[in-house]
Formats: sequence, C-alpha cells, structure tokens
Amino acid sequence: MPDLAFTWAGLIAFAVLAYVLFDGFDLGIGILFPFLDTDEARDLAMNSVAPVWDGNETWLVLGGGGLMAAFPVAYAIVLTALYAPLTAMLLALIFRGVAFEFRWRAARKRPWDWAFAGGSMVATFAQGVALGALVAGIAVSDRAYVGGWWDWLTPFSLLTGVALLAGYALLGATWLVMKTHPALQHQAYRFAFVTGLGTFALVGVVSLWTPLMNPQYMARWFAWPAILYTAPVPLLVAGCAGVLFEGLARRREATPFMAALALFVLCYIGLGISFYPYIVPTSVTIWSAAAPESSLRFLLVGAGILMPLILAYTAWSYWVFRGKTDPASGYH
Amino acid sequence: MELFDALTLARLQFAFTVSFHIVFPAFTIGLASYLAVLEGLWLATGRAVFLAVFNYWKKIFALTFGMGVVSGITMSYQFGTNWSVFADKTGPVVGPLMGYEVLTAFFLEAGFLGVMLFGMQRVGRGLHFFATLMVAAGTLISAFWILSANSWMQTPAGHAVNAVGQFTAADWWAVIFNPSFPYRLVHMVLAAYLTTAFAVGAVGAFHLLRDGGNEGARIMFSMAMWMAALVAPVQVLAGDMHGLNTLAHQPAKIAAMEGHFETRSGQPLVLLGWPDMAAATTRYAIEVPRLGSLILTHDWNGEVRGLKSWQRQDWPNAPLLFFSFRLMVGMGMLMLLTGAWSLWSRWRQRLYDGRWLLRLGVLMGPSGFVAVLAGWITTEAGRQPYTVYGLLRTAQSVSPIDAQAVAGSLVAFIVVYFTVFGAGLLYIVRLMAHTPRVDEPDIDAGLPLRAAGITPALELAAQDGASGRGD
Repeated sequence: MPDLAFTWAGLIAFAVLAYVLFDGFDLGIGILFPFLDTDEARDLAMNSVAPVWDGNETWLVLGGGGLMAAFPVAYAIVLTALYAPLTAMLLALIFRGVAFEFRWRAARKRPWDWAFAGGSMVATFAQGVALGALVAGIAVSDRAYVGGWWDWLTPFSLLTGVALLAGYALLGATWLVMKTHPALQHQAYRFAFVTGLGTFALVGVVSLWTPLMNPQYMARWFAWPAILYTAPVPLLVAGCAGVLFEGLARRREATPFMAALALFVLCYIGLGISFYPYIVPTSVTIWSAAAPESSLRFLLVGAGILMPLILAYTAWSYWVFRGKTDPASGYH
Repeated sequence: MELFDALTLARLQFAFTVSFHIVFPAFTIGLASYLAVLEGLWLATGRAVFLAVFNYWKKIFALTFGMGVVSGITMSYQFGTNWSVFADKTGPVVGPLMGYEVLTAFFLEAGFLGVMLFGMQRVGRGLHFFATLMVAAGTLISAFWILSANSWMQTPAGHAVNAVGQFTAADWWAVIFNPSFPYRLVHMVLAAYLTTAFAVGAVGAFHLLRDGGNEGARIMFSMAMWMAALVAPVQVLAGDMHGLNTLAHQPAKIAAMEGHFETRSGQPLVLLGWPDMAAATTRYAIEVPRLGSLILTHDWNGEVRGLKSWQRQDWPNAPLLFFSFRLMVGMGMLMLLTGAWSLWSRWRQRLYDGRWLLRLGVLMGPSGFVAVLAGWITTEAGRQPYTVYGLLRTAQSVSPIDAQAVAGSLVAFIVVYFTVFGAGLLYIVRLMAHTPRVDEPDIDAGLPLRAAGITPALELAAQDGASGRGD
C-alpha cells in the first residue's frame, strides 16, 4: 500500500509550488507596476494576466484547504503561529484582486494602480516572511502553537521577505518579456536583468544562512554522503543563472521565463531537502500530523481524478490567451 | 481594555467577514445561471438583445465574482488563524469537503472565467457558451460542498472520534448527506436565485420607469418577475420544510426563533414581542393562539418545547434569532406579494407600465440580500453555543490567541472591507445606473468593433497588430 501521508505531503507541496509559480508572476507584475512608465504599459501588463490571475490564486486555496484536510494539526499550528503575516497577506490580496476590476470602473485609475502595486508587494513580502519564520522553526507543545505573537519577526524572515519580492519581480519581468510587444518588452528586459541579479544574490545569502539556523538542516546538506545528493541543487541554480542571463543578453523571449521558473523549482526542492520529514519544522512530522486514513483516502480519490482534469483545462485557458497580449483587447 | 475577550472578538471577526462574503456568492450563484440562460437564449433565437443583456450583466458579474474570490480566501484561512482547535478537531471531516469544493468548483469557475469574460472573440460561440455553463456549474457545485460542510456542523452525522479527540468520518455518505443538508441546499440555492432575480428586476424596473420602451430593461424585468412569481412560493414551502427539519434536530434553535420559553401543547404563534432571556419570557407578545403548534407539528395541540427545557448555558441568543428570523420571513412575504402582483399585471398586459409595480420592483432590489443575511444569522447564531452542534463548544474551538491580536486584525478587516467593498458597491451601482443599450459592448470593448466590420483605418491597425504578432 502506498504511504497516504507521504502522498498527501507531496500533493500539498505540489499545490504550494504551483501557487508560487503561477501567482508569482502575476504578483511580480504588481511589484513592477510603479516602475512601468506609461498608462498604456500598465494596462497591457495587467491585461496580460487578467484572464488567469483568479485561477492562479485558487492554488493558494487548495494549499490551505488541502492542509486542513490532510494535516489538520499542522494547519492549526502554522496558521496560528503566522497570524500576523498571513492576515497581512490576506488583506493585501484583497486590494490587488479587486484592482483588476475596479481599475476600469473608477473615475480615476491611480488609486487602484497603487492598490494593485501595494497589495502585490505586501502580499509577497508577507509570504516571504512567513516562509522565513517557518524555516526558523515553530514552537509547539501538545498539538498547539506555544510561541509568542512576534516570533515570526526575525532578521532572517525579513531577508526571505525581500528575497521573495526580488524573485516574484523576476518572474513578472520575464513573463512580460514573453507576453508583450517591443515597446514594453524593452523595459521588461531591463527589469529582468536587475531583479535577476538581486534574486540570485539573495538566494545565495538565504541558502548559506539556512543551514546555520538548525543543526538538522546543516547535517542534511553537508554530512557525508548526503552531500552527494544535495550538491547538484546549488550547481543547477548556478546553471539557471547562466541560462537566464544568456537568454536576456540574446533577447530570447521564452527562455528567461523558463529559467526563472526553474530557479523557483530548485529553491523549492532545496526547502524540501531541509524540511523533510517535518511538516512543521522542526517539531511535527508528516506522519504525526496526518489526518485519519479515511480522510486521506476519500480526498485522494477525488484529487487523483480531478487534478489531471484541472491541469488540462487550466492549460487550455492559457492556450486560449496564448501569444502576445493584444493592446486592443482585454479591459478598456 | 478587557471589554472583549479573544473568543468574543474571534466570533465578531468571523461574523463580520462571513457576512460580507455571503453577499457575493449569493449574487454570483444566481447571476452565473442567469448569464448562462441569456447566452443560451441568444444562441437559440439569434436576438441581439439577449447578447446585450448578457454583456450588461457580465460586467457586474465580473466585479462581484472578484470580490467573492478575495473575501472567500480570507474565510479559508480564518479557520486556522482564529479557530485552530476547531480546525484540528474537525479538519478530518470538514477539510475534505472543502477540499472537494476547491477541486470540483473553484478551479472550474476560475479556469473558465477568463474565457467567459474575455474570450468571446477567441474561442467562438459554442465554446464560449460551454465556458459560461462551466462557470455556472462551478458556482452550484461550490454551494453543494460548502453547504454540506456547514450542515454537518449543524447536524453532525456519520462520524466517530479518535484517540487524539479529532472527529473522523466513519461513513462519508452519511457525513455529506447529513440530515439538514438537502433542506439547506435547496433553501440556499433558491435564495440565491431570488436574490439575483430581485436585483435584476430592480435594475429593469429602474430603467423602465425612465423609458418604458427599453427592450433590454423589459427583458430583465419580465424574466425577474417570472422568477419571483414561480420561485418565491416554492421557497416558502422549502423554508417550511427546512424549519421542520430544524425542529427535529435543533429544537432549541426553533424555540429561540419562535420566542417560546415554556414547553406547551398548543403553543401560540408569537408574531412580535421582545424575548427577554434574563426573565425567560417573551414580553409584549402579540400572539395567535395554537398556531405555533399547528405550523410546527401540524396539530393544534402538538407539544412544542420551550427554551426553559434546556440548561441556560445551552441557549442561543433568543432576541437575535427572533428578529433575524422575522426579518427573513418578512422579506419572503414581500417577494411573494411582488411575484403575485406581477402575474396580475402581466395578465392585464400592464407589466411594463404599471408604475407602482415598477416602483415596488426598485425598492425590492436589496430584499434578497437582506433575507439571505437574516437567514444566515438565524441559522448560525442558532447553532450556538456550539461549533459542531451538541458536540464541540464554540468556547473550546478558538485558537490560543491574545485578544490584542484578534482585535488588531478585526479592526484591519473592518477598515479594509468597508473601503474596498464600499468602492465595489459604488461601481456596481454605477454600472446598474447605466441604461441598457441594444448594442451593449462586451467587456473586451476593442474587439467587437472590429468584428462588426469597421473603418479601413481600424482594419489597418488591426492588421498591423496581427503582423506584429509573428516575430
């Protein structure tokens, strides 16, 4: 019999990764928004994600809902521990989500431009801080969070917040490179270069700092012979950097976006290497948090049938809006 | 400031955020189906006015749906932030139901919404209609799962409890189709349809008062009044059956709704009064003798329990339930009346120019929203003092949180919701104030112009765009 708890940990990890990749580029567009120099450029940037942002954010609901179903005690502990950053994220997502519609209905666009940009930045930063706080570890006793209300706020979590801002901005910039015409594309190449440098530098610092946070992470990454399996991750990250910057230099359209996505996948694998077998680092394991078998099995049947369907029609809706975003279509 | 403890604040936060949220899905469930019907009529008859009305309401749908999504994400995280003990204990039962909601409904809606809003020119009519149908189906499937989860909290069934105190599912079929679920589902879906009908009808009536010949407004008003006339009576019946189901499973809730404190055979029907919980009596009661027993037990002399037959610590808030229930029923009666009046006017062929009916139609615009909120307050406040009825107390469901943390986030939610959703409401009302046109443009206003055959200059610009795409 396959291990249900492990399967579910994999599925939720997949949902969160899908969220980060999908919503990452549309949050990134929000982060870059104030730096776009014309109204037309902002319209076009927003229209390039308007048909898909809602689907992208659905992965966040699946991540949260899936966690509650499959690992209820982990959901309970993590959400209480990260109360402030998650509340900030939810409020920020409200501002940026409604901006997609409100911007075209308001007498003046500007306030909702700022709602979109500010919401995207705060949501991203809060997600980064939440990630950093999770890496730093969460105090648990008797199935409940026992830390303080400001435990999430550390120099490390602020750093991961900034790193995620740079990373999502890179995703957004390379998305715009792929989806827009020369006028905006030219600017997007510049953004991608700058945010690319920032992202790789910050990923480097976070990666070196993480093992120092916890002896378990240190052992996982550097003990012999584990290092044989972990060493390829940083090497591949370096390879990604090469592909990204070469793609930008040669004015490739899709390569930079693919390289940025690959970078996120690698960082995510890196996190997985550090966290495993914990779902709440470093106090609750996947198996001790798992819901009863009847719950895992019941939802797994549906996930097994529906996930391929969801991926298929999501791919179809991206296909419908393929190619360069047309300045004449979308909202007006 | 120990005015409020963390529990009270967490309850206030949930009540506040869920009240805002329910308004949007109540509207989008109905509107998505309405849009599907309009597009279907357009495809079947080829009459442009159906497409015009479709485009008119599609813009309002887009705004409402966006607000529903963002206010809904908040709900799915609040179980963890403020109600972590509830999440831990009920996650194995409620979690998979919500998981199925995401997998079967949210992705379906989101995946096809982009095509429905922006894709008419890209995928052709048939596929576009399919996308609209999928969005409508998604809203209904979503209602199915979330109402199943809610109903399980009201009338838990099919569960067991494990060694660490979590509810587990012993029989999923019994969990999903728990005793109150079928009634709640029917009652809520009909409520969403009526809410939408009265909102659409009010917009139609408003524009008919200014121009009785507006074809789009005529279609809106006529369709809305058919819905009111046919569905309002069905809803009264569904509500009655839901009430009887509640009497069987949550009799204390019924006692509070009815203002009954004493257990009696031949209970009166209290029309109005003031349920005084401290004195355990309904003051200033205006009553119809024995009618309460007749409605609830279908027997003049049937015995109906009063609140005094439960311990005080198990009482819900009687005045709140008493008045919210009356508000909902009152709205239902007005809907019934409006529907009947419209039938009479229609029969006399005066549907579009009976000014008093049109004025009533405008006034009834918000009635569905008021009824939905009042109804939910009745059933949710009536579940107290439990989160899982009879099994898990609300006081034992809350997160181990400081009052300051909840107070801070509550203030933030209140400020943000009033600002953002206030602005959204303004934009919706503005869209509704705009006169329906026969050539109502799509959201995607650039393209229909082109499709309609246009000036050479535009044609050229379009070709430029197309050739720019290749390189």
